[in-house]
Amino acid sequence: MSDVAIAPRAQFFEDADRITHDTEHRRRIQTAMGKYYVSRYSRQALFRNWQEARQTAAETKWAALKELDKHLEAFERNATARGTQVHWTSTGEQARQVIVDIIRRHNARRIVKSKVMTSEEIHLNQLLEQLGYDVIESDLGEYIQQLKGEPPYHFVFPCMHLSREEISDLFENHLGTAQTHDPEELTMIARRVLRQKYIDADIGITGANFVVADTGMISITENEGNARLTAALPRVMITLVGIEKVLPKFSDLALFLPMLATAGTGQPLTGYNTMYAGPKQPGESDGPIEWHVIFLDNNRTALLADPQQRDALHCIRCGACLNVCPIFKNVGGLSYGTTYQGPIGSVITPHFRGLQDWKHLSGASSLCGACTETCPVKIDLHHHLLHNRRNAIDEKRGFLEGMLWRGFTFLINRPKLFSLSIKLGRLFQPLHALVKGTIFDPAAAWTKSRELPEVAHESFRDYWKRRQSK
Amino acid sequence: MKISLFVPCYIDAIYPKVAISMVRILEKLGHTIEFPEELTCCGQPPFNSGYWDDARRSARPVLERLKDAEVVVIGSGSCGAMMKVFYPELFAGHPEEASAKALSAKTWEFTDFLVTKLGVTDLGATFPHKVTFHDGCHGLRELKTKKQPRELLAKVRGLELVEMKEAETCCGFGGTFATKYASVSTAMGEVKCASAAETNADFIVSADSSCLMHVQGLLDRQRRPIRTIHIAEVLASE
Amino acid sequence: MTEREKIFTRIRDALKTQAPMPGHHGSSHKPHAISEARNAIAGARQWLPDPGADSAAWLEQFQKLSAELKTVVHLCNDEADVHSKLRELALAEGWRKVAAHRHPLISPAATAIALPALETDGGYDANEMAKCDVGITACDALVAQTGSIFLTTRSAGGRALSVLPPHHVVIAHRDQLVPDLPAAFELMTRLYGENQWPSMSTLITGPSRTGDIERILVLGAHGPRKLTVFLI
Repeated sequence: MSDVAIAPRAQFFEDADRITHDTEHRRRIQTAMGKYYVSRYSRQALFRNWQEARQTAAETKWAALKELDKHLEAFERNATARGTQVHWTSTGEQARQVIVDIIRRHNARRIVKSKVMTSEEIHLNQLLEQLGYDVIESDLGEYIQQLKGEPPYHFVFPCMHLSREEISDLFENHLGTAQTHDPEELTMIARRVLRQKYIDADIGITGANFVVADTGMISITENEGNARLTAALPRVMITLVGIEKVLPKFSDLALFLPMLATAGTGQPLTGYNTMYAGPKQPGESDGPIEWHVIFLDNNRTALLADPQQRDALHCIRCGACLNVCPIFKNVGGLSYGTTYQGPIGSVITPHFRGLQDWKHLSGASSLCGACTETCPVKIDLHHHLLHNRRNAIDEKRGFLEGMLWRGFTFLINRPKLFSLSIKLGRLFQPLHALVKGTIFDPAAAWTKSRELPEVAHESFRDYWKRRQSK
Repeated sequence: MKISLFVPCYIDAIYPKVAISMVRILEKLGHTIEFPEELTCCGQPPFNSGYWDDARRSARPVLERLKDAEVVVIGSGSCGAMMKVFYPELFAGHPEEASAKALSAKTWEFTDFLVTKLGVTDLGATFPHKVTFHDGCHGLRELKTKKQPRELLAKVRGLELVEMKEAETCCGFGGTFATKYASVSTAMGEVKCASAAETNADFIVSADSSCLMHVQGLLDRQRRPIRTIHIAEVLASE
Repeated sequence: MTEREKIFTRIRDALKTQAPMPGHHGSSHKPHAISEARNAIAGARQWLPDPGADSAAWLEQFQKLSAELKTVVHLCNDEADVHSKLRELALAEGWRKVAAHRHPLISPAATAIALPALETDGGYDANEMAKCDVGITACDALVAQTGSIFLTTRSAGGRALSVLPPHHVVIAHRDQLVPDLPAAFELMTRLYGENQWPSMSTLITGPSRTGDIERILVLGAHGPRKLTVFLI
């Protein structure tokens, strides 16, 4: 899919370079993540055994995927029994078409959305706006990003990079409200604007955190109540969800909901965890008269077909891997250019949108493993970055880099030659001062910000030889 | 015990004192050291770059040469992780799979070897300085060596350990990442250096010279007074 | 072939190759036998935070978490006590209109407040509900472990009543307090069984909140700014 103006790789380097030099931006992100760190790990410590909880969660997801077809069928059976309409779409194009058809059938004009990351994936807003519909994001952070004309910065904290001053300016420009730097007042401005939108909307679109097979429910996790309102007031509700979000049993939520809250924000439980089991049922006082659940593949089955990385489909989108990632904290969320940022995004985007176009994100990692350590469902994230690197080379070997590694291997397999090259290095190092800082510096990528270490007067192998000969 | 010492390329060429210190410590404990001179590199650079064929070509001589070794010790969490954790994966489904697993089982990172395998923590060292410890990611997360270096440092006379806030945060080295994504690597390193400097320590100690090469490079450029030193050198100080 | 069939074919083809068990790589953790893994519910109970040993401890835990979450909890002797406390609250906050639903605990309370009341049973006008100062509901359970309220569209007067008005008041009996989430999910399954599920069930944990602006906590993002529980 080619929906970006410049190549993803060039855009990443350009943006990452800008943010890494923006001290204020990095400071803001690092401060926010510092707060996350404190609340998350103190909450995690209250678990009687977090590691066992993780293992169980991982195995539950593993087992769920192992029989994904059966669980999806069970969901469909149970959901349709209560009047839910279930749709199956392979591509973003098909999902968009199903949504537009529903909107047209109801002559709808006004659409309110709660957070739906899958809709970012299929660029739904752009299409609906083009078609002239009034589409509004109701999650506060998403709403702010919508006003700003920017995709979410972080899939859990969409506008964490903005200061209150910037948000105040946005509100003043778009809503004509008076300047205020009080987060509470800013929140109340959005509350007032959005309140009427729920009541007036013809259609509500939501995402889903979990698809519960044995009861035919979907479960939505949120703090603000916007998803609950989106699912309560409009007369038609649409839920767009990836096929991988399955949990076999209703009771599995007893484990997954507190883990999602703990890993995501350090809360005991997120403000609202709501399970929907159909449109308005006989005898109920409110709720949509129609509920459509649209399952989206969009290359998830391609990832499913890779047994080594299949566990990336365990993801519950808690965002913890972003929060602890030193790369994310220094390049920021928008540099990725993806729907899902951070380590999980770097792992799955190559599967969703093409390995050669997105392999640079798997390269953009020191492989430190903080993501894997923090993941509540034990996705082997940093090793998958290695796997993506390998797969990219196996598919298409770089010519120059390939030569380099051939040369490297040639050299290190010849100890005498290797030893000689160390000696040459020692000999020529003083000459480096002549080119250092110029365009002729062969080590410029290193020396632009760092001093080069000095080659020792005597290498260890020379020392050893000398010692052995004594 | 007869110990085969695997000396990574950068220790050999730039930081020979690290390996010399290791020899001194292990010999003092009564062990015999063997240095397989034919070996220069574990093959991690091509491995991390996705060139697994080249990595295997680099690693085969290591498997072959260390086949009969009793135990292999490495003064680097990173190369240690390569041989202990990644060799079995690199050779999975290849004829060398069994020998990769066998090597993995007898390979030790230096601090882990001293504390876990030998059960030694007091090496009689004296290092009268305030230090902070940087956890190299491979040692910390692939080899689970969090406690081992700290137990060793706790027994060094005169040494005061002050933990930095970002002890477990990556320094940003990451091998070829440091030059392929130089600005990101540098930004990460700046966070690390600032965090270490906050402790007012004289030294940043680590079990990985590769991290320290990057951190020292930044410290030198920023003219910060704090120095870096490998834990083996601290433990060999008298 | 329909799109549905195509997707299921791709899934089944993909699943022909097994994925390794979680924790297979670079970890010392030994994977469990799979029969054990499927028993997540039993596992959850022993690993989740400790809610305490008896109902007194559960109540203490519920109150402690409620305080952290900014949920106000009133312990009441009886329904009359609830009614008088509600009247005080109505006066203090200057309520003019309340929203409620037909329920043995809620209807008398709504009457006791003696203010115009909207009843959601059988349908209502959302614009009218939006003008109400408070939504008063019953619930199915209270969860000590997380400080949560479990309610459904059936037990609490619909989907909107507990989320649209700016103040949500819950009236419940103390014996509705369960220790932990596994117990809460067991209870819900017992109450609503296989196909009797209400179209919405929700676990409410504190008043509506957001941290979207500079990660600073603000209450009342879209839902209620206040959450008050009267526990009889």
